[in-house]
Amino acid sequence: MAWTRDQIAARAARELQDGFYVNLGIGIPTLVANHIPPGVTVTLQSENGMLGMGPFPYEGEADPDLINAGKQTITELDSSSYFSSADSFAMIRGGHINLSILGGMQVSASGDLANWTVPGKMVKGMGGAMDLVAGVRRIVVVMEHVEKSGAPKLLPACTLPLTGKGVVDLLITDLGVFDIDRKGGGVTLRELAAGVTLDEVKAKTGASFKVALQGAEAA
Amino acid sequence: MVSKVFKDSTSALEGLLFDGMTIMAGGFGLCGIPENLIAAIREAGVRNLTVISNNCGIDGFGLGVLLAGGQIKKMISSYVGENKLFEQLYLAGELELEFNPQGTLAERIRAGGAGIPAFYTRTGVGTLVAEGKEVRNFDGEDYVMERGLTADLSIIKAWKADAAGNLAYRKTARNFNPMMATAGKVTVVEVESIVPTGSLDKDAIHTPGVYVDRLFVGAHFEKRIEQLTTRPRPTAAAH
Repeated sequence: MAWTRDQIAARAARELQDGFYVNLGIGIPTLVANHIPPGVTVTLQSENGMLGMGPFPYEGEADPDLINAGKQTITELDSSSYFSSADSFAMIRGGHINLSILGGMQVSASGDLANWTVPGKMVKGMGGAMDLVAGVRRIVVVMEHVEKSGAPKLLPACTLPLTGKGVVDLLITDLGVFDIDRKGGGVTLRELAAGVTLDEVKAKTGASFKVALQGAEAA
Repeated sequence: MVSKVFKDSTSALEGLLFDGMTIMAGGFGLCGIPENLIAAIREAGVRNLTVISNNCGIDGFGLGVLLAGGQIKKMISSYVGENKLFEQLYLAGELELEFNPQGTLAERIRAGGAGIPAFYTRTGVGTLVAEGKEVRNFDGEDYVMERGLTADLSIIKAWKADAAGNLAYRKTARNFNPMMATAGKVTVVEVESIVPTGSLDKDAIHTPGVYVDRLFVGAHFEKRIEQLTTRPRPTAAAH
């Protein structure tokens, strides 16, 4: 059994360390906030201009002036601060954010990420994704291992337009966890999802990878 | 001193609008958008506009009303995924579009307002965004050159102002507004209230009045929410 979206998010949450400033993308990354390990306190950054994102408001208490980057209503914490978009991206570009967890469409063996456009089909824009991968110290990508068609998404080289070149440090999919050497290139399978075999991963992966499994299988 | 305070959106825009102009509009999604000024520009009917804004509203609200009116020739944005009409017009070739990474867009506007013609950033190196732009290596890393941005007019939403044009924004409605206020040849601001001069905390003014040419109290703030997301209130029994 491969991991569910929630299990992928739970595994990604184990990358959080106490005291980290973290930016979570939209989709599976947003779910990571539900799995922050006990004893770990992180400050969530929202690139539209807030540090210290609180939970969703109670019914009837939503404030239209207080949203996250996914345009969802949120709340503030005692420790929160607000700032402009320029200050927000100074934080991101300047390397002050420890970790970002982002969704992906394709990841290459050298750590390239494509997650913003499908030419001729999807006209949305990159939002803050290109700035995050260029500036945040460590980038974790979470995604389904293959497309709905079954086509692999971990590839020797991305075929979609890139979000960033040589930017991904860790890839977590429904099949397992991969270290990516974004400087030297090269993928290493570190963990298999419970019930997933190495043969299955090999069959569903376009890029070649080394295998160096860590201890026990992750839950 | 000439008063900066106008009675409404129409009078605040008097003599400023022309076909083919470039307008910067503050806001992120529908949060902190100058909705009264957008409505007045819709009413004025100026066309062939280049609009610089992070998003383009939604169908039927925010900048979406200028799109629907066929008034926008070109958008410079980072994300337009909430607007179906936008996608249709773009794919039909009826709308020009320049996507900028959100942080690059914010910094281009900040630079434009600060008299900086260009800067280098790592964002976008090795992607479509860098095509045709100068790439320069600093200390072993490649950076792409991006240009500062200015506009004929900036339309801004702030929370409070005083008659001197000092502005305070509220929560995440600040977003692109402070930089855009600095980068317009003329900056027009709509606020929820104009408070007596001296009553704003001088250490908590986000945009000093030098950047503000005209301001008015918006007649109506709809403040639509794009993604109303709540959690159930815990019941007494749950404690």
